[in-house]
Amino acid sequence: MTTTREPILSVRGLEKHFPIKGGGLLQRTVGAVRAVDGLDLDLYPGEVLGLVGESGCGKSTTGRAILNLQPATAGSVVFQGRELVGLDRKQMRPLRRDIQIVFQDPYASLNPRLPVFDIVAEPLIIHGLTKDEAELRERVRSLVETVGLNPEHTNRYPAEFSGGQRQRIGIARALALEPKVLVLDEPVSALDVSIQAGVINLLEDLKERLGLSYLFIAHDLSVVRHISDRVAVMYLGKIIEVAPRDELFDRPTHPYTQALLSAIPLPDPRLERSRKRIIITGDVPSPANPPSGCRFRTRCQKFAGELTDTQREKCLTVEPLLESRGTGHTSACHYAEATKVL
Amino acid sequence: MSTSTGALQQGRTDPRPVDPDVPLLAVEDLNVRFPTEDGLVHAVRGVDYTLRSGEVLGIVGESGSGKSVTSLAVMGLLPGSARVTGSVKYRGQELLGQSDRAMSRVRGKGVSMIFQDPMTSLDPVYRVGFQIEETLRTHDSKLSSKAAQARAADLLAMVGIPNAAERVRSYPHEFSGGMRQRVVIAIAMANQPDVIIADEPTTALDVTVQAQILEVLQTALTETGAAMVLITHDLGVVAGIADRVLVMYAGRPVEIGSVEDIYYEPRMPYTLGLLGSLPRLDASTKQRLTPIKGSPPSVVNMPPGCPFAPRCPLHVAECDTVEPDLLDVGGGHGAACIRTDEVGKAHGEAAAVFDVTADDTVLGSEAPVDLSAAAGTTDTGAPGDPVGERSDPGRSTATGSLLDPTTQDGDRR
Repeated sequence: MTTTREPILSVRGLEKHFPIKGGGLLQRTVGAVRAVDGLDLDLYPGEVLGLVGESGCGKSTTGRAILNLQPATAGSVVFQGRELVGLDRKQMRPLRRDIQIVFQDPYASLNPRLPVFDIVAEPLIIHGLTKDEAELRERVRSLVETVGLNPEHTNRYPAEFSGGQRQRIGIARALALEPKVLVLDEPVSALDVSIQAGVINLLEDLKERLGLSYLFIAHDLSVVRHISDRVAVMYLGKIIEVAPRDELFDRPTHPYTQALLSAIPLPDPRLERSRKRIIITGDVPSPANPPSGCRFRTRCQKFAGELTDTQREKCLTVEPLLESRGTGHTSACHYAEATKVL
Repeated sequence: MSTSTGALQQGRTDPRPVDPDVPLLAVEDLNVRFPTEDGLVHAVRGVDYTLRSGEVLGIVGESGSGKSVTSLAVMGLLPGSARVTGSVKYRGQELLGQSDRAMSRVRGKGVSMIFQDPMTSLDPVYRVGFQIEETLRTHDSKLSSKAAQARAADLLAMVGIPNAAERVRSYPHEFSGGMRQRVVIAIAMANQPDVIIADEPTTALDVTVQAQILEVLQTALTETGAAMVLITHDLGVVAGIADRVLVMYAGRPVEIGSVEDIYYEPRMPYTLGLLGSLPRLDASTKQRLTPIKGSPPSVVNMPPGCPFAPRCPLHVAECDTVEPDLLDVGGGHGAACIRTDEVGKAHGEAAAVFDVTADDTVLGSEAPVDLSAAAGTTDTGAPGDPVGERSDPGRSTATGSLLDPTTQDGDRR
């Protein structure tokens, strides 16, 4: 379905390792937390790609490495034909106009000492995008209006706004430079549901109106299903399944995706009580020392329950690669099988 | 779990007579006020509920709705500065105003509690086995240390900790978050309590671990036969486990009913709006969400009238005069709204009543939940951190003039 289009953002073999320093004077590096460990993804123009996974799977690090906020250890990030990995701050600056980020926590990502006007105007001033004061005022006014806030409130400080409104300010700031791609790092997970819904609606509207592409990073699969066109599932630094939205939710093929979908409680008592739940054991292993072969095997319900010893051998020794399971649907499992879990 | 060896039964010292007419827990007109520099914060404003034996009551609400403070008041765990009025009866015995000593006999044995954050609810300097034994021996001075150790290991096995006999000697930091929460549950069920109050027991956990913990909670209920008050903001969790649901808003219950009533036939606009603002995992058609405009009111100097009125699409002038009581709409289903009939016509379809707007122009008198939200969670509810303590009373009134006329859809239907 996407063969004719060129991706606007293309990530190949992205790695971000954080060194673990030993004790003592020399602070030698004794290992590495392999937060992102060889990740490929493509974002197409006008699409919302959901990136989901549990805490510690490397999804936020991926977002930051793509933006060069934390330089990648290895790999390549090509944005509109330009390689971003290895660029320094100065070289990155002109590119930042086109690719912006919204952070998770609206209580920490806005400077509490700046009025909203200054927060939203800052990127415009830094990039010298407005000729004079009047134009700047007009731009900020329209940005604030765009994100559904009252433009008369721009002389107020972040503390006077609710969480949802602060997140809108963060979105206005990210939109100021008219970017093509927004990396949204858990943009609604700090908000209460009734307020979260308004921000989700806003993000949907903005995407349509401004023709944006989103990399939507989240742990909440319900939100991801609602907003995404395609979904990538991460586990321990790698993508284990990618598919168009409904395909992923209706026919997941990777045991982890199946377990993840099955674990989420549905706000519908009759459905919720009649579901059969796949419960996987244990916790996510440490990314400093990931399991051999398939990274999910230590918790895999299939590995534990269905496979024979000879089949398990492959999981123990051979790392599964992303293989095609249909149009635009790939997953990394030796024994992948589409199963309906919802 | 098959590991149950009847260890819990040994723990029962007195077979308590069960009088079916006396509810296990009866909360009546519970009010909690915190004196602050900004005035009296009325965090809980008249909560009533009863809990019958074997029942699971879900209490849902957003940050700052008073759901955690309510349970801390029941347990007598609020700071001394809190002013608590009303009545909390456990098996007919009044708990409010009891000395800490007397409460200690009830806590853990009669009513036990599971807190949200397993990282902070265990003591980091003691082995987990010791922390379980401590709970056991507090309520049974005759218990030998050997027997206590054996029961601690049994309990750990029961909550699904592998290799429990070894793991009793571990310290909390040696466990993952999910495993720690299992330990907390083991402590809560150690003395066969009648009531377990679980305050956001899975909020700090990942979904796959949450599913494990919910299963352990079910085990705890079956093993102990306890009734449970489950406090959460996750409507999915409640849908799976609760028999009855209490919805809280601005410190008050606004709707109570069976789980089916609440989810399929809500009669209070807030409940309806909450359900409509939830994206659905199982919805293949893209349905627009219906957010609730504005934010919850500050609980300092609440204006008269229904606290939800400023955000309510069914708002009429009458809503601003008196705060509606929780009135029965049939079959034990109650809602605090004067327009329950209109809400009922929606049959749970929020889009019939709420707008699908994306704007949020009303400057906030939001209950200041800044700190808990900043921690990435909702409602941490630590005793020293009563919800709404850092309110700014001037704000709700000062911004009144800035209110956009967004409530014009008051009588759309």
